[in-house]
Amino acid sequence: MVSYHSSASNNADAVIIGGGIHGCSTALHLALAGMSVIVLEKDYVGRHASGVNAGGVRRLGRALPEIPLAVASAKMWENIEGLVDDDCGFESSFQIKVAEDETGLEQLKTRSKEVHALGFSHEKIIDQKKLQELLPAVASHCVGAMMVEGDGFANPFRTVQAFRRKCENSGVVFRQGAKVNSIKKTGSNWSIHTPVEMFETVNLVNCAGAWAGEIAKMLGEIVPIEGRAPMLMITARMPAFVTPVVGVQGRPLSFKQFANGTVLIGGGHEGQANLETNETKLDFAKLAISAETASRLFPIMRNARIVRCWAGIEGVMPDRIPVIGPSQVEGAFHAFGFSAHGFQLGPVGGKIMRDLIIDGKTDLPIAPFRIDRFVKKS
Amino acid sequence: MSRQYDIIVIGSGPAGMAACKMASEHGADILLLDEQRSPGGQIFRGIELPQNQKRPELGNAYQAGKKLTKAFRKSNVEYVSQATVWQLSPDLEVGYSKAGEARIVSAKQVILATGALERPMPVPGWTLPGVMTAGAAQIMLKESQIDVADAVFAGTGPLLYLIVHQYLAAGIPVKAVIDLTPQGNYLKAARHLPRALPKIKQIIEGWQWKREIANSEIVFIEGATDFRIKGDQSVSGIEYFKGNRWQSLQCEHVFLHQGVAPNLNLSLAAGCNSQWNERQKSWTIETDDWLQSSVTGVAVAGDGASIGGAGAAQQQGAIAALGALCRLGKIEESQLDRLARPYRNELKSEMASRPFLETLFSPADIFRLPRQEDTIVCRCEEITVGEIRKAVAIGCLGPNQLKSFSRCGMGPCQGRMCGLTVSELIADTINEPVAKVGYYRLRSPVKPLLLQELANLKTSAES
Amino acid sequence: MIISLAQKNADTVNVQLDGSPLKVRRGLNVAAALLEANVTQFRRTPVTASPRGPFCMMGVCFDCILTIDGLANQQACMIEVCEGMEIERQTGDGGLQTQQDDQNVPLNGSGL
Repeated sequence: MVSYHSSASNNADAVIIGGGIHGCSTALHLALAGMSVIVLEKDYVGRHASGVNAGGVRRLGRALPEIPLAVASAKMWENIEGLVDDDCGFESSFQIKVAEDETGLEQLKTRSKEVHALGFSHEKIIDQKKLQELLPAVASHCVGAMMVEGDGFANPFRTVQAFRRKCENSGVVFRQGAKVNSIKKTGSNWSIHTPVEMFETVNLVNCAGAWAGEIAKMLGEIVPIEGRAPMLMITARMPAFVTPVVGVQGRPLSFKQFANGTVLIGGGHEGQANLETNETKLDFAKLAISAETASRLFPIMRNARIVRCWAGIEGVMPDRIPVIGPSQVEGAFHAFGFSAHGFQLGPVGGKIMRDLIIDGKTDLPIAPFRIDRFVKKS
Repeated sequence: MSRQYDIIVIGSGPAGMAACKMASEHGADILLLDEQRSPGGQIFRGIELPQNQKRPELGNAYQAGKKLTKAFRKSNVEYVSQATVWQLSPDLEVGYSKAGEARIVSAKQVILATGALERPMPVPGWTLPGVMTAGAAQIMLKESQIDVADAVFAGTGPLLYLIVHQYLAAGIPVKAVIDLTPQGNYLKAARHLPRALPKIKQIIEGWQWKREIANSEIVFIEGATDFRIKGDQSVSGIEYFKGNRWQSLQCEHVFLHQGVAPNLNLSLAAGCNSQWNERQKSWTIETDDWLQSSVTGVAVAGDGASIGGAGAAQQQGAIAALGALCRLGKIEESQLDRLARPYRNELKSEMASRPFLETLFSPADIFRLPRQEDTIVCRCEEITVGEIRKAVAIGCLGPNQLKSFSRCGMGPCQGRMCGLTVSELIADTINEPVAKVGYYRLRSPVKPLLLQELANLKTSAES
Repeated sequence: MIISLAQKNADTVNVQLDGSPLKVRRGLNVAAALLEANVTQFRRTPVTASPRGPFCMMGVCFDCILTIDGLANQQACMIEVCEGMEIERQTGDGGLQTQQDDQNVPLNGSGL
């Protein structure tokens, strides 16, 4: 809720730009550590990627640098209710990535070896027989799969709202409809301006999602982030036929059935995003490809009714891993660019930010996510 | 590259047919897509059926539609019936399905003529089998020659009197008419009467229907301030509150009506801006003098933009087509105003009675903001008044956020039956103007699409 | 009471409703045909299994949905009856026809 304070309380130990899951998770962790926190959200909390994504909670198939973070976050998801007093609709069963042919299965096997070599054993290869046992509705031409037990999905909007509520109960102040349009630094003090107000802090955190590039630019850091619009479709209710979350090796597809029977089909075909207007444009020719993949994989889906399609706005980096870490400017920190797979990392993302801000370091290996891997400060 | 037409018209009611007629007269290459089996929209439903050629009881307005429909049939238009349009993109690509096949076509100009649908009338029991809308009664009468004897008709609006008049003329017994027009509306509406003079004939006609009903054997109740439908597995009766007590009537069928609202799902999904119309108590599409919406190349004409009735829709269809023809270079800009003038004059005359009618038949608060907590608001997902108010209390401040707290608005009707109620209920609960609360954010497909249809999507060039 | 104003000797077609034969007037949409046969309950809702029947007759309310010739969730008021049509009333959002040729799919879990 928007609350109006006198200018004296526009000053906080930390100001976070962006009210998605990473902004809210960071705010919560800092507040629990005793800091005063203000979150500035240009629309409303959970309006964009965090509120409308596919809700996947997975370690499966992560880019190698993300795996330690995803594994740590998965532990936090197991007790999400302890963190935010809400189970967030989290359902854990398993996530599974199907191989449609031998080539695909070989690719999965190679990948599995790489992950095991890093010391992680969560990804397992299963054969056709086991696949058909776990996914009776899958097409018979599929030869095997990779799976992770304990992966699953949650309700994204509900999750962000749960983080937000816990934040507010912990004293975090949220300002919605507050778009940051300029940032100045005087000594160690940041002054952060929206059209109608100014906020001051010594710790500025950039969790602005697809708009984080604009914020980084205000700090003098240029990053090649793009706003993209991965599309999703949801069907009318169907009898229960699939428990896990399903993906396909070599094709963008993510497929899950909720307890109410509706099936969500996503996975990566993109429409177009307009960062100025918050509008996204759907591309039905590409959705047709997703539809074709889904019905080829699950023939039972052919007569499923699509009742809605949409696309959120995601911040995507060229190497498809996020920017996490201190800014090249003292007193600022970044957590953005999660490239359409930041939801599961939300809980641990906030903890990492807290570690960096309060302790000056974190135990988790975040070096691959440095902002200066792209371009040095201008 | 999909097949590109000069103009695609969506909807074959009076606005759509008039647009096609005008566009064809000026040589445009036109595609008309409509969901129903034959042209006419809802108001002229079944107008080509042989059994409807001599049915005076259907009224003069209906008969007038025959001329327009004949002219439409004569015009040079590619007419695809039973075509369900599920998408209109900002690039003017139209996605539609017919007979299980989905395709995309495109146009240089699009005219949306999607017409109206009944306002929701969320009274307790309104979801029981046996409850239908007055519009449904009209459709069954016109298209299927089916009537329902001994039904109760309840609500407000000229359509209510019209259908009962048609039943009387056809000799079908009617149990009761519960006229829920708020008594205070009569005085408020009276000051709009002088302005309504151009349409006084129609107003008198409506008043005569009402008198006819009052003087007939039909139980005619005015002044009731509340209404509900009883029954367990289907309708067993109705109750109305009058004279400080609930009174009941037995029946097995109820027809509800409290006005119509624009059917604007396609327009909104296409990105057209809308505004809240306080007198109509509904959302309308913002259009300019040429019925152009905020989306370049998309015009919205007739009831599908803002309720004005069939006569107004016909004029608007012609005006929208003239605007499109000019943009296509088929009419000189210098000719445009002159060509449009007779339609504008007619339109002005048609709209003269709107303030009067909208004020007189403005539905009571209680029938737009149901008080009983267990009254169903979202029919598809069975979400009640109580559940909505509770969600608002825990921080849900708009219809789109509501979709994340519950499945309200996420069923197959995509908000058509609940949207108005939800927006008003939220506004009422948080004490904000409806305009600020907003409406569901709509996306394509505006009607459900089979996964298989989508998978086999053809752009029409390939087929 | 539902009354037909059509001629007594109007043309009919033979359809099936929930496996039982039914003669309906040619040219009617499925919803009108069933109403004329005095069938007013068409389905039960997914959430509370409440009975529903046709409401708007113009394709906007989705309350008249039936399984027609194996395809679930069809708007009955938008489809014309035809000879041999198989109409089934649904509970919830209907089942799915598994028309695939490669396997018989056991559906785990109950319907809704």
